[in-house]
Amino acid sequence: MDIPYTVETRPDTGLYNAKVGIWLFLASEVMLFGALFSSYILLRVGSPDGYWPRGWLNVPVGTVNTLVLITSSITTVMAWASLKMNQFGRFKVFHACTLLLAMTFVCIKSYEYHDKFTHYEIALKDGRFADGHVVSNDPKADHVVISGRYVQDRKDLYDLEARKAPRHHEELSIPRSQIEKMERYGPWHNTYLAIYFTLTGLHALHVIGGAIVIGFLWGPGSKLWKTDPERFTNRIEISGLFWHFVDLVWIFLFPVLYLI
Amino acid sequence: MTAHAQEDFTHHVRRYLYIFYALLVGTLITVGASYIPFGNHAINIAVALVIACGKAFLVAGFFMHLISERKMIYGLLIFTACFFLGLMFLILSAYADFPRMTVTH
Repeated sequence: MDIPYTVETRPDTGLYNAKVGIWLFLASEVMLFGALFSSYILLRVGSPDGYWPRGWLNVPVGTVNTLVLITSSITTVMAWASLKMNQFGRFKVFHACTLLLAMTFVCIKSYEYHDKFTHYEIALKDGRFADGHVVSNDPKADHVVISGRYVQDRKDLYDLEARKAPRHHEELSIPRSQIEKMERYGPWHNTYLAIYFTLTGLHALHVIGGAIVIGFLWGPGSKLWKTDPERFTNRIEISGLFWHFVDLVWIFLFPVLYLI
Repeated sequence: MTAHAQEDFTHHVRRYLYIFYALLVGTLITVGASYIPFGNHAINIAVALVIACGKAFLVAGFFMHLISERKMIYGLLIFTACFFLGLMFLILSAYADFPRMTVTH
Protein backbone atom coordinates (compact mmCIF):
# COMPACT_ATOMS: atom_id res chain seq x y z
CA MET A 1 0.00 0.00 0.00
CA ASP A 2 1.35 3.42 -0.93
CA ILE A 3 1.75 6.16 1.64
CA PRO A 4 -1.19 8.54 1.06
CA TYR A 5 -0.96 12.25 0.30
CA THR A 6 2.72 12.41 -0.62
CA VAL A 7 1.88 14.47 -3.70
CA GLU A 8 -1.83 15.13 -3.79
CA THR A 9 -3.28 17.40 -1.11
CA ARG A 10 -5.49 16.17 1.69
CA PRO A 11 -9.01 17.59 1.36
CA ASP A 12 -9.19 18.67 5.01
CA THR A 13 -5.79 20.41 5.33
CA GLY A 14 -5.31 21.47 1.72
CA LEU A 15 -1.68 20.32 2.03
CA TYR A 16 0.34 17.19 1.36
CA ASN A 17 1.15 15.35 4.57
CA ALA A 18 4.90 15.99 4.71
CA LYS A 19 4.32 19.72 4.70
CA VAL A 20 2.06 19.53 7.75
CA GLY A 21 4.66 17.28 9.35
CA ILE A 22 7.61 19.61 8.78
CA TRP A 23 5.69 22.64 10.08
CA LEU A 24 4.72 20.73 13.23
CA PHE A 25 8.38 19.81 13.65
CA LEU A 26 9.48 23.41 13.08
CA ALA A 27 6.93 24.56 15.69
CA SER A 28 8.63 22.25 18.21
CA GLU A 29 11.99 23.65 17.12
CA VAL A 30 10.75 27.20 17.77
CA MET A 31 9.99 26.14 21.35
CA LEU A 32 13.39 24.43 21.72
CA PHE A 33 15.37 27.46 20.58
CA GLY A 34 12.88 29.77 22.34
CA ALA A 35 13.69 28.09 25.66
CA LEU A 36 17.41 28.64 25.06
CA PHE A 37 16.89 32.25 23.97
CA SER A 38 14.87 32.93 27.10
CA SER A 39 17.69 31.35 29.14
CA TYR A 40 20.11 33.69 27.40
CA ILE A 41 17.96 36.72 28.30
CA LEU A 42 17.66 35.60 31.92
CA LEU A 43 21.40 35.04 32.26
CA ARG A 44 22.17 38.36 30.62
CA VAL A 45 19.81 40.53 32.66
CA GLY A 46 20.84 38.70 35.82
CA SER A 47 24.52 39.31 35.23
CA PRO A 48 26.15 41.97 37.46
CA ASP A 49 27.08 45.25 35.78
CA GLY A 50 30.20 44.95 33.67
CA TYR A 51 30.36 41.17 33.90
CA TRP A 52 28.48 40.27 30.72
CA PRO A 53 31.16 39.68 28.08
CA ARG A 54 31.20 41.96 25.05
CA GLY A 55 33.63 41.85 22.18
CA TRP A 56 34.67 38.25 22.88
CA LEU A 57 33.70 36.96 19.45
CA ASN A 58 35.22 37.80 16.11
CA VAL A 59 32.61 39.96 14.31
CA PRO A 60 34.14 39.75 10.77
CA VAL A 61 34.24 35.94 11.03
CA GLY A 62 30.65 35.85 12.32
CA THR A 63 29.56 38.20 9.51
CA VAL A 64 31.15 35.97 6.87
CA ASN A 65 29.38 32.95 8.38
CA THR A 66 26.06 34.83 8.28
CA LEU A 67 26.59 35.67 4.61
CA VAL A 68 27.50 32.02 3.93
CA LEU A 69 24.24 30.82 5.51
CA ILE A 70 22.12 33.42 3.71
CA THR A 71 23.73 32.41 0.40
CA SER A 72 22.95 28.76 1.16
CA SER A 73 19.31 29.77 1.65
CA ILE A 74 19.08 31.27 -1.83
CA THR A 75 20.79 28.23 -3.41
CA THR A 76 18.28 25.99 -1.60
CA VAL A 77 15.27 27.91 -2.86
CA MET A 78 16.79 28.08 -6.36
CA ALA A 79 17.33 24.30 -6.30
CA TRP A 80 13.63 23.82 -5.56
CA ALA A 81 12.65 26.40 -8.21
CA SER A 82 14.83 24.57 -10.76
CA LEU A 83 12.88 21.36 -10.16
CA LYS A 84 9.62 23.27 -10.50
CA MET A 85 10.88 24.44 -13.90
CA ASN A 86 11.90 20.87 -14.79
CA GLN A 87 15.63 21.65 -14.82
CA PHE A 88 17.23 18.78 -12.95
CA GLY A 89 20.79 19.76 -13.95
CA ARG A 90 20.40 23.22 -12.43
CA PHE A 91 18.96 21.64 -9.27
CA LYS A 92 22.12 19.52 -8.93
CA VAL A 93 24.36 22.58 -9.27
CA PHE A 94 22.41 24.69 -6.79
CA HIS A 95 22.20 21.96 -4.18
CA ALA A 96 25.90 21.17 -4.57
CA CYS A 97 26.49 24.84 -3.73
CA THR A 98 24.21 24.47 -0.67
CA LEU A 99 26.27 21.51 0.54
CA LEU A 100 29.55 23.36 0.01
CA LEU A 101 28.21 26.40 1.87
CA ALA A 102 26.98 24.19 4.73
CA MET A 103 30.46 22.66 5.04
CA THR A 104 32.02 26.14 4.89
CA PHE A 105 29.76 27.26 7.74
CA VAL A 106 30.74 24.27 9.90
CA CYS A 107 34.45 24.79 9.13
CA ILE A 108 34.28 28.47 10.12
CA LYS A 109 32.38 27.56 13.29
CA SER A 110 35.02 24.93 14.12
CA TYR A 111 37.72 27.57 13.68
CA GLU A 112 35.87 29.80 16.14
CA TYR A 113 35.50 26.96 18.65
CA HIS A 114 39.20 26.14 18.31
CA ASP A 115 40.00 29.79 19.00
CA LYS A 116 38.01 29.62 22.24
CA PHE A 117 39.48 26.28 23.38
CA THR A 118 43.04 27.57 22.98
CA HIS A 119 42.22 30.79 24.87
CA TYR A 120 43.13 30.76 28.57
CA GLU A 121 42.44 32.93 31.56
CA ILE A 122 45.20 32.47 34.13
CA ALA A 123 44.80 33.67 37.72
CA LEU A 124 48.20 34.45 39.20
CA LYS A 125 49.20 34.21 42.85
CA ASP A 126 50.02 37.93 42.96
CA GLY A 127 46.36 38.77 42.21
CA ARG A 128 46.86 39.67 38.55
CA PHE A 129 45.32 37.86 35.60
CA ALA A 130 46.97 36.77 32.36
CA ASP A 131 44.72 36.26 29.37
CA GLY A 132 45.50 35.02 25.88
CA HIS A 133 46.01 32.15 23.48
CA VAL A 134 48.33 29.38 24.49
CA VAL A 135 51.63 29.13 22.61
CA SER A 136 53.23 26.40 24.67
CA ASN A 137 51.76 24.36 27.52
CA ASP A 138 54.09 21.39 27.90
CA PRO A 139 53.32 19.77 31.31
CA LYS A 140 57.05 18.95 31.69
CA ALA A 141 58.12 22.58 31.18
CA ASP A 142 58.16 24.92 34.19
CA HIS A 143 56.70 27.82 32.15
CA VAL A 144 53.45 28.31 30.28
CA VAL A 145 53.74 30.58 27.24
CA ILE A 146 50.72 32.52 25.99
CA SER A 147 50.18 35.31 23.52
CA GLY A 148 48.19 37.78 25.57
CA ARG A 149 48.31 40.43 28.25
CA TYR A 150 48.19 41.01 32.01
CA VAL A 151 45.33 42.80 33.76
CA GLN A 152 45.00 43.85 37.40
CA ASP A 153 41.23 43.45 37.63
CA ARG A 154 39.38 40.45 36.23
CA LYS A 155 36.57 42.80 35.23
CA ASP A 156 38.89 44.24 32.57
CA LEU A 157 38.57 40.94 30.69
CA TYR A 158 34.79 41.15 30.32
CA ASP A 159 33.51 44.18 28.47
CA LEU A 160 36.29 44.61 25.93
CA GLU A 161 34.31 47.20 23.95
CA ALA A 162 33.35 49.53 26.82
CA ARG A 163 36.73 49.46 28.52
CA LYS A 164 38.73 49.89 25.35
CA ALA A 165 41.15 47.36 26.80
CA PRO A 166 44.49 47.19 24.99
CA ARG A 167 44.20 44.63 22.20
CA HIS A 168 47.98 44.51 21.87
CA HIS A 169 49.12 41.01 22.71
CA GLU A 170 52.65 39.96 23.49
CA GLU A 171 54.26 36.65 24.26
CA LEU A 172 54.17 36.06 28.01
CA SER A 173 56.19 33.35 29.72
CA ILE A 174 54.52 32.54 33.04
CA PRO A 175 56.23 30.31 35.65
CA ARG A 176 53.93 27.47 36.72
CA SER A 177 54.78 28.22 40.35
CA GLN A 178 53.06 31.61 39.88
CA ILE A 179 49.81 30.13 38.57
CA GLU A 180 46.85 29.89 40.93
CA LYS A 181 44.30 28.70 38.38
CA MET A 182 44.30 28.22 34.63
CA GLU A 183 41.11 27.80 32.64
CA ARG A 184 40.19 27.58 28.96
CA TYR A 185 37.39 29.64 27.43
CA GLY A 186 35.18 26.55 27.27
CA PRO A 187 31.46 26.32 28.15
CA TRP A 188 32.40 25.84 31.83
CA HIS A 189 34.23 29.18 32.01
CA ASN A 190 31.17 31.38 32.60
CA THR A 191 27.46 31.61 31.84
CA TYR A 192 28.05 33.59 28.62
CA LEU A 193 30.25 30.88 27.14
CA ALA A 194 27.89 28.18 28.45
CA ILE A 195 24.92 29.66 26.57
CA TYR A 196 27.13 30.56 23.57
CA PHE A 197 28.32 26.98 23.14
CA THR A 198 24.84 25.56 23.82
CA LEU A 199 23.09 27.80 21.29
CA THR A 200 25.72 27.67 18.55
CA GLY A 201 26.44 23.97 19.17
CA LEU A 202 22.77 23.06 18.84
CA HIS A 203 22.53 25.25 15.76
CA ALA A 204 25.63 23.62 14.24
CA LEU A 205 24.08 20.18 14.85
CA HIS A 206 21.04 21.37 12.89
CA VAL A 207 23.31 22.55 10.07
CA ILE A 208 25.06 19.16 9.99
CA GLY A 209 21.73 17.27 10.16
CA GLY A 210 20.25 19.41 7.39
CA ALA A 211 23.37 18.95 5.25
CA ILE A 212 23.14 15.15 5.63
CA VAL A 213 19.51 15.19 4.42
CA ILE A 214 20.31 17.58 1.56
CA GLY A 215 23.34 15.44 0.67
CA PHE A 216 21.18 12.32 0.51
CA LEU A 217 18.59 14.05 -1.69
CA TRP A 218 21.38 15.40 -3.90
CA GLY A 219 23.01 11.96 -4.24
CA PRO A 220 21.22 8.60 -3.94
CA GLY A 221 17.85 10.15 -3.08
CA SER A 222 17.72 12.00 -6.39
CA LYS A 223 16.88 8.76 -8.22
CA LEU A 224 13.27 9.44 -7.24
CA TRP A 225 13.21 12.27 -9.80
CA LYS A 226 13.10 9.68 -12.60
CA THR A 227 10.15 7.74 -11.19
CA ASP A 228 8.15 10.34 -9.26
CA PRO A 229 9.36 13.91 -9.97
CA GLU A 230 6.54 15.63 -8.09
CA ARG A 231 7.19 13.68 -4.90
CA PHE A 232 10.92 14.40 -5.21
CA THR A 233 10.21 18.12 -5.65
CA ASN A 234 8.09 18.02 -2.50
CA ARG A 235 10.96 16.38 -0.60
CA ILE A 236 13.25 19.19 -1.72
CA GLU A 237 10.70 21.73 -0.54
CA ILE A 238 10.50 20.04 2.88
CA SER A 239 14.28 19.87 3.33
CA GLY A 240 14.41 23.49 2.14
CA LEU A 241 11.90 24.59 4.80
CA PHE A 242 14.13 23.04 7.46
CA TRP A 243 17.19 24.72 5.98
CA HIS A 244 15.53 28.14 5.94
CA PHE A 245 14.55 27.64 9.58
CA VAL A 246 18.22 26.98 10.42
CA ASP A 247 19.07 30.24 8.61
CA LEU A 248 16.28 32.00 10.52
CA VAL A 249 17.70 30.93 13.87
CA TRP A 250 21.17 32.19 12.89
CA ILE A 251 19.68 35.56 11.86
CA PHE A 252 18.88 36.06 15.57
CA LEU A 253 21.90 34.26 17.01
CA PHE A 254 24.40 36.44 15.14
CA PRO A 255 23.41 39.86 16.54
CA VAL A 256 22.53 38.46 19.97
CA LEU A 257 25.87 36.72 20.53
CA TYR A 258 28.30 38.74 18.41
CA LEU A 259 27.03 42.29 18.24
CA ILE A 260 25.00 43.27 21.28
CA MET B 1 4.63 23.47 -17.18
CA THR B 2 2.93 25.82 -19.63
CA ALA B 3 4.71 28.85 -21.05
CA HIS B 4 2.57 31.13 -18.89
CA ALA B 5 3.35 29.16 -15.72
CA GLN B 6 7.05 29.15 -16.65
CA GLU B 7 7.01 32.94 -17.02
CA ASP B 8 5.18 33.30 -13.73
CA PHE B 9 7.79 31.15 -12.03
CA THR B 10 10.65 33.16 -13.54
CA HIS B 11 9.05 36.18 -11.91
CA HIS B 12 9.17 34.35 -8.55
CA VAL B 13 12.84 33.47 -9.06
CA ARG B 14 13.65 37.14 -9.70
CA ARG B 15 11.89 37.99 -6.44
CA TYR B 16 14.00 35.41 -4.56
CA LEU B 17 17.11 37.16 -5.83
CA TYR B 18 15.86 40.56 -4.61
CA ILE B 19 15.17 39.02 -1.19
CA PHE B 20 18.69 37.58 -1.17
CA TYR B 21 20.20 41.02 -1.90
CA ALA B 22 18.03 42.55 0.83
CA LEU B 23 19.27 39.94 3.32
CA LEU B 24 22.90 40.67 2.42
CA VAL B 25 22.36 44.41 2.84
CA GLY B 26 20.43 43.81 6.08
CA THR B 27 23.36 41.84 7.49
CA LEU B 28 25.82 44.61 6.65
CA ILE B 29 23.50 47.24 8.15
CA THR B 30 23.19 45.14 11.34
CA VAL B 31 26.98 45.01 11.69
CA GLY B 32 27.39 48.72 10.84
CA ALA B 33 24.65 49.80 13.27
CA SER B 34 26.28 47.88 16.11
CA TYR B 35 29.29 50.23 15.88
CA ILE B 36 27.16 53.41 16.04
CA PRO B 37 27.18 54.90 19.57
CA PHE B 38 23.50 55.72 20.07
CA GLY B 39 24.20 56.89 23.59
CA ASN B 40 22.19 54.12 25.19
CA HIS B 41 23.16 50.50 24.57
CA ALA B 42 19.48 49.52 24.74
CA ILE B 43 19.00 51.38 21.44
CA ASN B 44 21.76 49.31 19.82
CA ILE B 45 20.01 46.16 21.04
CA ALA B 46 16.63 47.37 19.74
CA VAL B 47 18.07 48.32 16.32
CA ALA B 48 19.80 44.94 15.94
CA LEU B 49 16.65 43.05 16.88
CA VAL B 50 14.39 45.12 14.61
CA ILE B 51 16.70 44.45 11.63
CA ALA B 52 16.85 40.75 12.59
CA CYS B 53 13.02 40.65 12.67
CA GLY B 54 12.90 42.27 9.22
CA LYS B 55 15.33 39.69 7.84
CA ALA B 56 13.40 36.87 9.51
CA PHE B 57 10.20 38.16 7.88
CA LEU B 58 11.86 38.03 4.45
CA VAL B 59 13.14 34.47 4.96
CA ALA B 60 9.92 33.13 6.49
CA GLY B 61 7.60 35.11 4.21
CA PHE B 62 9.25 34.50 0.85
CA PHE B 63 11.77 31.66 1.06
CA MET B 64 9.42 29.60 3.24
CA HIS B 65 6.37 30.89 1.33
CA LEU B 66 4.50 31.91 4.46
CA ILE B 67 2.92 34.91 2.77
CA SER B 68 0.85 32.56 0.61
CA GLU B 69 0.43 29.52 2.82
CA ARG B 70 -2.68 27.54 3.79
CA LYS B 71 -4.82 28.49 6.79
CA MET B 72 -3.82 25.37 8.68
CA ILE B 73 -0.16 26.44 8.76
CA TYR B 74 -1.14 29.93 9.94
CA GLY B 75 -3.24 28.38 12.73
CA LEU B 76 -0.34 26.18 13.76
CA LEU B 77 2.06 29.11 13.82
CA ILE B 78 -0.30 31.37 15.77
CA PHE B 79 -0.58 28.58 18.34
CA THR B 80 3.24 28.31 18.45
CA ALA B 81 3.63 32.10 18.73
CA CYS B 82 1.31 32.14 21.77
CA PHE B 83 3.41 29.51 23.53
CA PHE B 84 6.63 31.28 22.51
CA LEU B 85 5.37 34.58 23.96
CA GLY B 86 4.28 32.73 27.11
CA LEU B 87 7.79 31.38 27.40
CA MET B 88 9.23 34.87 27.14
CA PHE B 89 6.83 36.20 29.79
CA LEU B 90 7.96 33.43 32.13
CA ILE B 91 11.31 35.21 32.25
CA LEU B 92 9.66 38.14 34.02
CA SER B 93 8.53 36.00 36.93
CA ALA B 94 11.85 34.14 37.00
CA TYR B 95 13.75 37.45 37.00
CA ALA B 96 11.97 38.50 40.18
CA ASP B 97 13.75 35.82 42.20
CA PHE B 98 16.97 35.57 40.20
CA PRO B 99 19.97 35.48 42.57
CA ARG B 100 21.85 38.49 41.27
CA MET B 101 25.43 39.43 42.18
CA THR B 102 26.42 35.82 42.62
CA VAL B 103 29.00 35.53 39.84
CA THR B 104 31.48 38.22 40.71
CA HIS B 105 34.82 36.46 40.66
